[in-house]
Amino acid sequence: MIATHDEHPRTDGAMIETHDLRRTFKARRGDVEAVAGVDLRVAAGELFGFLGPNGAGKTTTLRMLATLLPPTGGDAIVAGCDLRREPQHVRERIGYVGQRGSTDPAITGRTELVFQGRLYGMSAAQAKRRADDLLVVLELEAAADRPTGTYSGGQRRRLDIGLGLIHGPQVLFLDEPTTGLDPQSRARLWDEVRRLRDGGTTVFLTTHYLEEADALCDRLAIIDHGRIVAEGTPDQLKRQIAGDIVTLGITGDPQAALDLLGCQPFVRETGAEDGALRLYVDRGETAMPAILRLLDGAGLELRTISLTRPSLDDVFLRQTGRSLREPAA
Amino acid sequence: MKTLRDTWLVFQRNLGLTLRNPAWSVIGVVQPLLYLLLFAPLLKSIATAQGFPSGGAYNVFVPGLLIQLGLFGAAFVGFSLIAEVRYGVVERLQVTPVSRLALLLGRALRDVLILLIQSLMLVLLSLPFGLDIHPAGLLVVLGLLALIGLLMASCSYALALWLKSEDALAPFLTTVTLPLLLLSGVLLPLSLAPAWLRHIAAFNPLAYAVDAARAIFNDHLGDTSVIKGIAITAALAIIALVVSARSFGRTVA
Ligand SMILES: Nc1ncnc2c1ncn2[C@@H]1O[C@H](COP(=O)(O)OP(=O)(O)OP(=O)(O)O)[C@@H](O)[C@H]1O
Ligand SMILES: [Mg+2]
Repeated sequence: MIATHDEHPRTDGAMIETHDLRRTFKARRGDVEAVAGVDLRVAAGELFGFLGPNGAGKTTTLRMLATLLPPTGGDAIVAGCDLRREPQHVRERIGYVGQRGSTDPAITGRTELVFQGRLYGMSAAQAKRRADDLLVVLELEAAADRPTGTYSGGQRRRLDIGLGLIHGPQVLFLDEPTTGLDPQSRARLWDEVRRLRDGGTTVFLTTHYLEEADALCDRLAIIDHGRIVAEGTPDQLKRQIAGDIVTLGITGDPQAALDLLGCQPFVRETGAEDGALRLYVDRGETAMPAILRLLDGAGLELRTISLTRPSLDDVFLRQTGRSLREPAA
Repeated sequence: MKTLRDTWLVFQRNLGLTLRNPAWSVIGVVQPLLYLLLFAPLLKSIATAQGFPSGGAYNVFVPGLLIQLGLFGAAFVGFSLIAEVRYGVVERLQVTPVSRLALLLGRALRDVLILLIQSLMLVLLSLPFGLDIHPAGLLVVLGLLALIGLLMASCSYALALWLKSEDALAPFLTTVTLPLLLLSGVLLPLSLAPAWLRHIAAFNPLAYAVDAARAIFNDHLGDTSVIKGIAITAALAIIALVVSARSFGRTVA
């Protein structure tokens, strides 16, 4: 819908390609390796997600790809242009919506959009027309002539996205576009992003919501401590964890239970955190009675037992040993 | 060409922001006006003292006030930029292909325009007190003030992008601008100063600007001090522009 990229010929295949992309921040107490060698390939027209916990390096990667932050290592091609050698060409072809806001509270939404359009070389009339169109599409007409300081969180977010879209970019980077939005606004934004993709725009978004990554993205990469730990379609990722997951709470010594169950033929893999035991099994329904029998026989007391189908959280858990789900969420 | 167009766009936007709160620009003239009303009369009595430059109290004092207006009017413009960095506006602009020089120049030229309007107000308000200036001289002084405005605004923006916090910028600017002011001969001519003070002031570029402004107000447009003051200010303004434009090209957050 919002896409108008007839100006630039589309590059075949990859829209974004990175090789060993790195960024180290110098800090007083040792250096921080925020991005530690990322290799990515995002196809043209793809809706690609970057899933990871706080501090994983999502924003740092995006800011590098958007020419805001020079990489300390590696290379990248964005929209057919070399990130290091042709940043100006990259800028003409991308849109970037940062994690925090991007508008001046004293300026109206319409003025911001027109100014943004002018910066991409549009004439005043062109920019005005484009702003009008975007205001309709993003349902911001009613708020268009108010200073953005008076906008609701959802309105401001939509305006941020409109600013990133003003020139019909080939690639749109969205850093945590739905963080802090209520469920309705979030659903609306998801629709918006899907429509963008359907219009041919490549979308690269970050999120730490599993549901968002699962429901929205064609393909995603899970990033942790600056490294990609898994990559694929949501289904592919979940299938990596074949079978089901049985989680056990043991009163006594979990190690004893782990030793006992870990060597059973129906258990593919085990894991433990916070006193809970995780067993990856082929079929949960048949494994559970067997587990109960074994623990009983060994005199180990079971406090809780649960069976779950794999989710992206389990993928993350298996790769990193930690859960992505925030306690409060 | 593109830089010119971009500069014009950035200038328009920022001028619009300033005009939303014109009160600030008016308040900027109040301080020099108070000097004019409450301090300049003191000078009348010592204007005849030995070492005091010729030309009468107001023709000596008003040029200094104008330079002071340039110094303080433009030195604090960096604060608005820190706010813009915090809003994410600067980062948003950096993602666009806009010229980095234009990001600076558009802002600095807005500051120069405001400064020139304030200066004209001050000159007009001084006329009833007995200030006497030739229109050609006024034009040259405004040119000098524009250079000072460019210099100070560029420095202020570069510092703002470097320090990134109002809490750091405020004490920094106060610490730098006060000695610059005291050692420039704005309040009292440095010709009254002891030799050691004059030696230190020789390192203050603003002192040359004040000398130049005074010479202009005394109808000595061809004086070497005028050329010297303008040349020094222009050279520094260009250096500041280049350095500051570079910082607009670097990561801000
Ligand atoms: N300018 C900086 N200076 C020093 N360290 C930084 C800087 N920017 C980011 N970092 C560090 O780099 C790491 C990655 O940060 P980044 O913002 O990329 O994470 P993120 O995945 O976007 O997290 P979040 O979900 O919280 O937004 C963190 O440890 C962060 O503290
Ligand atoms: Mg982030």
